[in-house]
Amino acid sequence: MHMLWRCFVVLMCALGCCGAAQALTPAQARAMVVGEPEDRIAALNAVLANADDKTVALIQAISDDSVKYTDKAVFVMKDGKGYDPVTGAELPVPDDAEDIINPNLMRSELEQALAAIKLFSPDVALRTAAVKTLQDVADPAKLPMVEKAYEAETVPSIKRALGLVRAGLLLGASEKSKRLDAIALLADTGSPAVKTLLIERLKVETEADVKTQIDAALKTIDAKLAWGERLGVVFTGMSLGSILLLVALGLAITYGLMGVINMAHGELMMIGAYATYVVQNLFRHYLPGAFDWYILAAIPVSFGVSALVGALLERGVIRFLYGRPLETLLATWGISLMLMQLVRTIFGAQNVPVENPAWLSGGIEVMSNLTLPFNRIAIIAFAFLVLGGVALMIAKTRLGLFVRGVTQNRRMASCVGVNTARIDMYAFALGSGIAGLAGCALSQVGNVGPDLGQSYIVDSFMVVVLGGVGQLAGTVVAGLGLGVLNKILEGWSGAVLAKIMVLVFIVVFIQKRPQGIFAMKGRSAEA
Amino acid sequence: MNTTRRQVGKSLTAIALGVATLGLGTVAQAADTIKVGVLHSLSGTMAISETVLKDVILMSIDEINKNGGVLGKQLEPVVVDPASNWPLFAEKAKQLISQDKVAVVFGCWTSVSRKSVLPVFEENNSLLFYPVQYEGEELSKNVFYTGAAPNQQAIPAVEYLMSKAGGGAKRFVLLGTDYVYPRTTNKILRAFLHSKGVDDKDIDEKYTPFGHSDYQTIVADIKKFSAGGKTAVISTINGDSNVPFYKELGNAGLKATDVPVVAFSVGEEELRGVDTKPLVGNLAAWNYFMSIKNPTNADFIKKWSDYAKAKNIAGHKDKPLTNDPMEASYIGFNMWVQAVKKAGTTDTDKVIAAMAGQTFKAPSGITSMMDPKNHHLHKSVFIGEIKADGQFNVVWKTPGPIKAQPWSPYIPENKGKKDEPEVKKAG
Repeated sequence: MHMLWRCFVVLMCALGCCGAAQALTPAQARAMVVGEPEDRIAALNAVLANADDKTVALIQAISDDSVKYTDKAVFVMKDGKGYDPVTGAELPVPDDAEDIINPNLMRSELEQALAAIKLFSPDVALRTAAVKTLQDVADPAKLPMVEKAYEAETVPSIKRALGLVRAGLLLGASEKSKRLDAIALLADTGSPAVKTLLIERLKVETEADVKTQIDAALKTIDAKLAWGERLGVVFTGMSLGSILLLVALGLAITYGLMGVINMAHGELMMIGAYATYVVQNLFRHYLPGAFDWYILAAIPVSFGVSALVGALLERGVIRFLYGRPLETLLATWGISLMLMQLVRTIFGAQNVPVENPAWLSGGIEVMSNLTLPFNRIAIIAFAFLVLGGVALMIAKTRLGLFVRGVTQNRRMASCVGVNTARIDMYAFALGSGIAGLAGCALSQVGNVGPDLGQSYIVDSFMVVVLGGVGQLAGTVVAGLGLGVLNKILEGWSGAVLAKIMVLVFIVVFIQKRPQGIFAMKGRSAEA
Repeated sequence: MNTTRRQVGKSLTAIALGVATLGLGTVAQAADTIKVGVLHSLSGTMAISETVLKDVILMSIDEINKNGGVLGKQLEPVVVDPASNWPLFAEKAKQLISQDKVAVVFGCWTSVSRKSVLPVFEENNSLLFYPVQYEGEELSKNVFYTGAAPNQQAIPAVEYLMSKAGGGAKRFVLLGTDYVYPRTTNKILRAFLHSKGVDDKDIDEKYTPFGHSDYQTIVADIKKFSAGGKTAVISTINGDSNVPFYKELGNAGLKATDVPVVAFSVGEEELRGVDTKPLVGNLAAWNYFMSIKNPTNADFIKKWSDYAKAKNIAGHKDKPLTNDPMEASYIGFNMWVQAVKKAGTTDTDKVIAAMAGQTFKAPSGITSMMDPKNHHLHKSVFIGEIKADGQFNVVWKTPGPIKAQPWSPYIPENKGKKDEPEVKKAG
């Protein structure tokens, strides 16, 4: 039965190619909206080839879920009002009208149908997008439309892409020569969608020489895809590394330079993330127009809030505990519990939603099997900006000079007139502020909840210790190195084992080289 | 050096315990009440899912108390927070049973927490109502399972994915958090897929730690795997890891029309923190969806909305949501009340006897029945697709309620196991 339908549809399409656009009938409209998905798809394909404007509008409306129906009528909804899909007249919509439901199968057919229609659009951009959507289509019913569009296409790049779509459809052609031509053309593309088409064909292909052709084509494609995969591993490693770098950078100052074992470091990140959440809500409430840019405002706010909390912490607790690492550890750990409980009381124990701004959602397709998400790219760039800022500050500014001086020799610095207590506070606030920045970045990729810091505190200590205490360069190398190592291992052995292996690696490494990758040299090492 | 380290460890534990007890505090004992224990994580990675279950039980207790209570007594809730910490679940369960003397406990979400409290309930011959879908392979006299067994959720979902309407998937990625529920469910699903003629090379099984947040590699792997044929992902990821997973899926441009993801632990509540637009069309299999239309469900949603507003429950006061485990908690609680009324006492053994065959009009639209023998509910299965507003479109459902099979026939060792709890001799 289904095959019959298919044949019928193909026939209709073929006829439609030479016929003029036909007006939509109420029965056709209803058949596309109500019923089992398979019947609706058949109805959709039946009207597709010679669709007039009203049909296109209806298909678009169905795809946008803005159609309602009752036992008797179908309504296209626009701004809360119902219109008849055939006449376009406004109709009263009864309360019991049901919303249209499009399951996946229907949705992908709708997408392809709209794309097939857009193949004939005068707009080049629309045609390019349409060809892209049709890339992995295997439905032979679309062939006549694609053929027609291919003949009419004048832009070379679109014609080439369309040729590939056509080749994909011709894989099922009954003439052997057509199949061989199609395979030769497809072998050059190297996209996963084409690979799927070829594998499917290989299963049903009967002729031996065509089979060898397909095998050869699959090998060519695999070789191309392998490059995308390798680059993908490097990118994901860099991305994880940049996150590790961000979370460890603040600690590299408070623990690395100042020697404070700050167990509340994770909670300072959490505060930064919550600050981002609050800024997001403020923007949504008061500046909905500029919502996409809330993150830019959130960056300084999260830095400021965390730095302030850090400064209070230093003034209130930590300054009494310098030189007593065990007490510092316990006190800051207690503080971390208090901060978590405080956030729980204010915002609730549940995670809070932080939405990615539109320009951080989605990704850029570098290769057919490699998409780089914008939020990850942004975090990598952000991590290096922060790193650059911190490095400059430590190396070039007066504050940086004082910080270096105080950490190297507190008494000497004090003797030459540096207010060491104030410098301690500034340095601790700086480290805390950077933790806040890390929290702001983390809110774009993960969950924001009271426990956010807990999951990163171990990682951040790991990076600082591995890199070598007191060295920014060590933190950078350790962060990025661990990120890439973790991702290579994960691809090979799965996430759970990878995590264990990384930990084992660090334990062994620290055993062999307790001072970390970069060791402090000279007198300051003993201080 | 060694001693100091150990001392530090000890003082850390001491502080932890101190903080835990301070934070919670036990409810003072009132005179003539029946105590009801609530054992759900209110913090930690599972708080995203479990917090509302506590609130649903509290709401149901309020409702019963307003109508005069049970056996002439008021119900008194005792809420504890095991903080997504599995051993702490056992500790808190012990405290509820022996210290607070509760008549029944409603609690647990993850199977590992249930496994951790199970010996406590069996030793003390106390009652636990477990409201979440799970992997089966367990049947205790002291537990009533009001969530789905695998044949009431996982297997129908996979059957749907393999059907034409579901996309006709040929290859499957089994992705889960690394603990007993995903591992056992995937074992059952693998055997089931084998029985349907799917080879091992077309099944890719992957696990991540609890609280995992970097899904880049996994999403890239799914993309690669899907080039080999129509692929579907079966996700048993639990807790808040779902948010980064779905975010990554959306950003990597993997759409539900290409590779549908069906999840067994993602419902309306878990989607609250997610931007759902890129997820439209991904699936979930449950025995209840908030979007199901019938008078019982409308009533249930209204009750919950009113309660959430009155109690100022974060999130729900502005946007009340209900989900499957909430429904299961609600059914379980009401059945317990009915059973206590029938038995005329809260005595564990008598209540267990009275539970057999209890019925309750469920918000999912069926009259839910407790199986006379196997301690599981008969349930209808629904498959829903995620809509842009975070609700689900029901695209498929079973014709009627299905009886649970706690011992899956797809695991060979289960042959000959009895469909009812083993009776242990007293003493």
